[in-house]
Amino acid sequence: MKKSNHKLRYLLKRSLIMFSINIFLLFVLLARLYFLQIYQGEKYALLADSNRISRRLIAPPRGTINDRNGIELAVNNQNFQAMIIPEQSRQINEQLKELAEVLALKENDLKRIEKDIANHRRFVPVKIKDNLSWQEVATLMINSNRYPGLVIDEGLIRSYPYKQYTAHPLGYVGTVSEKDLQQSDSPLLQVPGFKIGKFGFEKTYDKTLRGEAGSQTYEINAYGRIMREMEKRDGIKGIDLDLTIDIRLQQKAFDAFANESGAAVVLDVHTGEILAFVSAPSFDPNLFVDGISVANWRTLMDDEKNPLTDKAVSGQYSPGSTFKIVVALAALEAGVINTKTTSFCSGKMQLGNHLFHCWKHNGHGHLNVIEAIKHSCDIFFYETALKLGIEKIAAMSRKLGLGQTYDIGLENQKKGVIPDKKWKQETLKQPWQQGETVIAGIGQGYVLVTPLQLVTMLARVVNGGYEITPTFIKKDIASHPKKLDIKPENLEIVKQGMFEVVNGIGGTATRARLKLKGIQMGGKTGTTQVRRISLKERAQGIRRDEDLPWKWRNHAWFMAYAPHDAPRYAVAVIVEHGRSGSAVAAPIASKILEEALKLDIR
Amino acid sequence: MNILLNQNKELSLKERFLNLNFLFIFIIVILASIGCLTLYSVAGGKLAPWAANQAIRFAMGFVIMLTAALISPEFYYKIATPFYLFALLLLIVVDAAGHIGMGAQRWINLGFFNLQPSELMKIAIVLQLAKYFSIVPLENIRTIKGLIIPAILVAVPVAFIMIQPDLGTSLMILFCAIAMFYLAGVQWWKFAIAAGGIIAAMPVLWHFLHDYQKNRILTFLDPERDPLNTGYHIIQAKIALGSGGLWGKGFLSGTQSHLRFLPEPHTDFIFTTFSEEFGMMGGAFILFLNLILITYGYWFAFRIHNANYFGKMVILGLNTNYFLYVFINIAMVTGLLPVVGIPLPLISYGGTVILTVMTSFGIMLSFYANRDRELK
Repeated sequence: MKKSNHKLRYLLKRSLIMFSINIFLLFVLLARLYFLQIYQGEKYALLADSNRISRRLIAPPRGTINDRNGIELAVNNQNFQAMIIPEQSRQINEQLKELAEVLALKENDLKRIEKDIANHRRFVPVKIKDNLSWQEVATLMINSNRYPGLVIDEGLIRSYPYKQYTAHPLGYVGTVSEKDLQQSDSPLLQVPGFKIGKFGFEKTYDKTLRGEAGSQTYEINAYGRIMREMEKRDGIKGIDLDLTIDIRLQQKAFDAFANESGAAVVLDVHTGEILAFVSAPSFDPNLFVDGISVANWRTLMDDEKNPLTDKAVSGQYSPGSTFKIVVALAALEAGVINTKTTSFCSGKMQLGNHLFHCWKHNGHGHLNVIEAIKHSCDIFFYETALKLGIEKIAAMSRKLGLGQTYDIGLENQKKGVIPDKKWKQETLKQPWQQGETVIAGIGQGYVLVTPLQLVTMLARVVNGGYEITPTFIKKDIASHPKKLDIKPENLEIVKQGMFEVVNGIGGTATRARLKLKGIQMGGKTGTTQVRRISLKERAQGIRRDEDLPWKWRNHAWFMAYAPHDAPRYAVAVIVEHGRSGSAVAAPIASKILEEALKLDIR
Repeated sequence: MNILLNQNKELSLKERFLNLNFLFIFIIVILASIGCLTLYSVAGGKLAPWAANQAIRFAMGFVIMLTAALISPEFYYKIATPFYLFALLLLIVVDAAGHIGMGAQRWINLGFFNLQPSELMKIAIVLQLAKYFSIVPLENIRTIKGLIIPAILVAVPVAFIMIQPDLGTSLMILFCAIAMFYLAGVQWWKFAIAAGGIIAAMPVLWHFLHDYQKNRILTFLDPERDPLNTGYHIIQAKIALGSGGLWGKGFLSGTQSHLRFLPEPHTDFIFTTFSEEFGMMGGAFILFLNLILITYGYWFAFRIHNANYFGKMVILGLNTNYFLYVFINIAMVTGLLPVVGIPLPLISYGGTVILTVMTSFGIMLSFYANRDRELK
C-alpha cells in the first residue's frame, strides 16, 4: 500500500507538471497567433491582396487631331475583336474550322490561334480576328449559340479618315517596339495592343495625345482565373490636338499635284499659321497602324518619288530664281541699287575667265530691278550680287527666315544652307570665290531651302515686313510678330516685281493669273538645275528638259501670294523634276490660292 | 472517504449516464460544430461535399463515445493486451500488403470505412502501457531492466508505423509513450540520455528518411527555400492566418481558402481557414476550448478514485494524445513545426481522427463516470 502510494504521488506530481507544460505550450501557440495576426498582420494582409488581386491597365482613348474647323483628322474607331475561350468551347477544332470559313481566316491565322490556345490556360481568351466588319460582327452575334466560348470584344483603333491627305504631317501610330519599351517606363506601353506615335505629330505630341491609363482590378484565384471584377477606373482621354490646317484646302492642294512629286505649304501671312501642308506623293497611314505588310512597305520604299519623305520640311532644294527676291531686297536695303539702277543684259557676263549666262540666250537689254524680277533676268542679279557681296545676301536671307528650322513639331526638318564666307571655310575648308557670289545671286550654288522656309520668307516680305514664324498650332493670345528692320518702300518694290511676274505683259508666270474676278496675285518662278550643264553641251545646244529622264529634269518652283493689294495667303510650291516653274509649279500654286481665297480661311 | 458508499458496487446504466460530465461533452460538440461551420465555408457556403458528411461522422462518433463511456472501466483493463496485440497484427498486415505490391497503404478497407491500424494503436498503446505500469512496482519501473518491456511495447509499433511511412503518427505515439513513462516515475536523467542518444543518431536517422520527409523538415527550417512547391503550403498558410488580423475577414469571406491559395483548407490546414475568417479572436477561442478539454482530462485523472491507477494512467495518456494532436497541428500550420500531416481533431475533415478521438473521450468518460468506485 505504501509502495503504491509512492507511485501515485509520482503520478499526481508529474501530471501537474505536465499540465503546466501543456498550458505553457498552448500559450506559445496564442503568442504565435498574436505575432502572425496582429504584429505581422498588415504585412500578410498585403500579401493576401497581392495574391488575389490582379490589376490590368486599360488603354485610354487617344486625343483626336482636328483641323482648324474642328474636323477630325485622326480618330479612334471602334474595333471589334473575336476571341474564343477554349474551356467554354465544345469541340474547339470543329468550331475553328467553321469560324475560319465565316471570317476568312488564313492558314497562318489558324496556326497562330492553335499555338495561342496550346500556350495558355484554358480560360484565357485567345484572339481569333480583329478589325471585324459590321457584317462579320452581325453574323457572329446571330449565330452566337453555335459558337460557345466565342466573345466579341470592343476596343478602339486609330484611324485616319483623310488617309494620304494627312499622312504628312500627322504621321501615324504603331505597335510598341522593344526600343520604345527601353526608352519609357510608362506602364501603358505594356498594355497589349497599345499604340504609340511613330511619326509626325502622332510622335511629337504622343505624350499629350496618349492620355492616362484606366485600370480594372479583378479578383483571381490561385490558378489565375478571374473570379469577379472589382474596381473599374476609366482612362482619361488624351488632349486633342487642334491644328491650323484647313482640310478642304489641304485636299485641294494635294490633288493639285496629280501625279507629280513635290510639296506645297500655305501660310496665313499675318499669323504664320500653316493652312495647308502637302508633300506628294503620300501614303495611307492606316496601313501602319496594325503593322504594315512587307509588300506594302516594299512598294513605298521602292517608289522613286519617296512618298515617305516629308518634302515640305526635309526636302532641300536650290531656291533658283525665287531667291532673286531676297537678293533684290538686300540690294535695295544696302543701297547698292534703287529703282532707277539698270543693268544691260546681253545674255552673258564675263567674270575673270568665266562666262555666266542668262537663261534668255539673246539677253533682255536694259532693265531695272522690277523688270529684272518680272523677266527673271539672271545678268541683273549676277551684277547686283557682285555689288552686294555674299555676306549681305546671307544676312537678308536669315532675316527673312531662311537657313533655320521652326518649332512646328516636326522632327525631320532640314535647316537648308545659307552660305557665307565663314560657312564655306568651316564646312569645305576653302576660301570663298567671287564666282560663287554670282551664282548665289540667282539662287544656285550652295544655297538650299525647304518649301516651308521659302513660304516663310515670302510671307515676311508681303506682310509688310513682320517676322512671322510658321506654326501648326493656333495661338490663343494674338501675339503680334516683331517688325523687321526693312524699309516698307523696298518691300513694295519687290512686291511690285512679283506682281509684274504674274500680271505684267511678258511676265514669266502670266498663265498663272487667278481666275477670280477682281483679285490679283503676285509670285515668282524658279527653276533649278539638277545636273550641271557642261560647256560642250551648251555648245551643242542644250537638250530640251522634256527629253531627259525624269530624275535628271529640273526642279520647278513657284511661290505666290494673294490678294496682291492686301496679302492674306502665301504659298510655296516645288515640283520635283517638274522642268519649269512657270509651266508646272505656277498653275498648282494658283489653284491653291484660288481655293484659299474661295474658302476665305480666317 | 464516505464509508457508507459501497465502493465496489457496479453502477447501473442510468447512474453511469448521469455521472457523465456534460460540460465536457458540450465543449466537444461546440468544437465539432466549429469544424462543420468551417467546412461549410470552405465549400463556398455549401453543405456538400464536406460539412454534411462531417456532421454525420461526428454523430456516429458521438454514439461511439457514449457507448464507450457507458461500458464499465474494468472492460478496458481486460482487453488492453488483446487489443494491443490485435492492433499490432493489423499494422503488420497493412505493412506486409504494402510490401507485397499494393503500394504504400495505411489502412484496411472495410467496405464502409477505411480502418487505420495506426489510429487503433494510439489507443492500444495507452491501454497497454497503463496496464503494465499499474502492475509493475515503482522500484522496477525505476530500473533499466524494468524499462525493457515497455520500451519494446512502444518501439515495435512505432517502427512499423514509421516504415509505412507515417512520420507524424509514429512520433505522436512516441511522445505519448514518453509522457506515460514520465508519469509512471521514470527518472529525468534517463530521458536526457535517450534524448542525447536520439540527437546523436540524427544523422543516421536522416539517412533513413524519405525524400519528401527530408524536404518537409528542410522546408520547415526555411520556407522560402522552395516557395512554389513544398514551401508554398506554409507560406500560404501564414498569409491566410496573418491576413485574418484580430477579427478576421468574416464568415465565408476568407480569400486565401476560397480562392484556393491555401492548400488543404479543409483537412490539415483548417485552423488557418478558420483563423483567416475569424481572426486571432477565432483562433484564440479554439485554443481556449481545447484548454478546457485538456484541463478536464487532468481533472478526471485527479478526480477518480486513487486506487484506480490504471484509470488515471489511461486518462492522462489519452489526454496527452489529444493534446499532441492539437498542439502539433496548430504549431505546424503556424510554422512552428514542420508539416507532418497531423489533422486538428474534431475540426479537420476526416473520419479516422473522429473515431480515435471520440473513442478516447468515451474511455475517459467511462472512468470518470465510475470515479468513486475502487476498481477490481
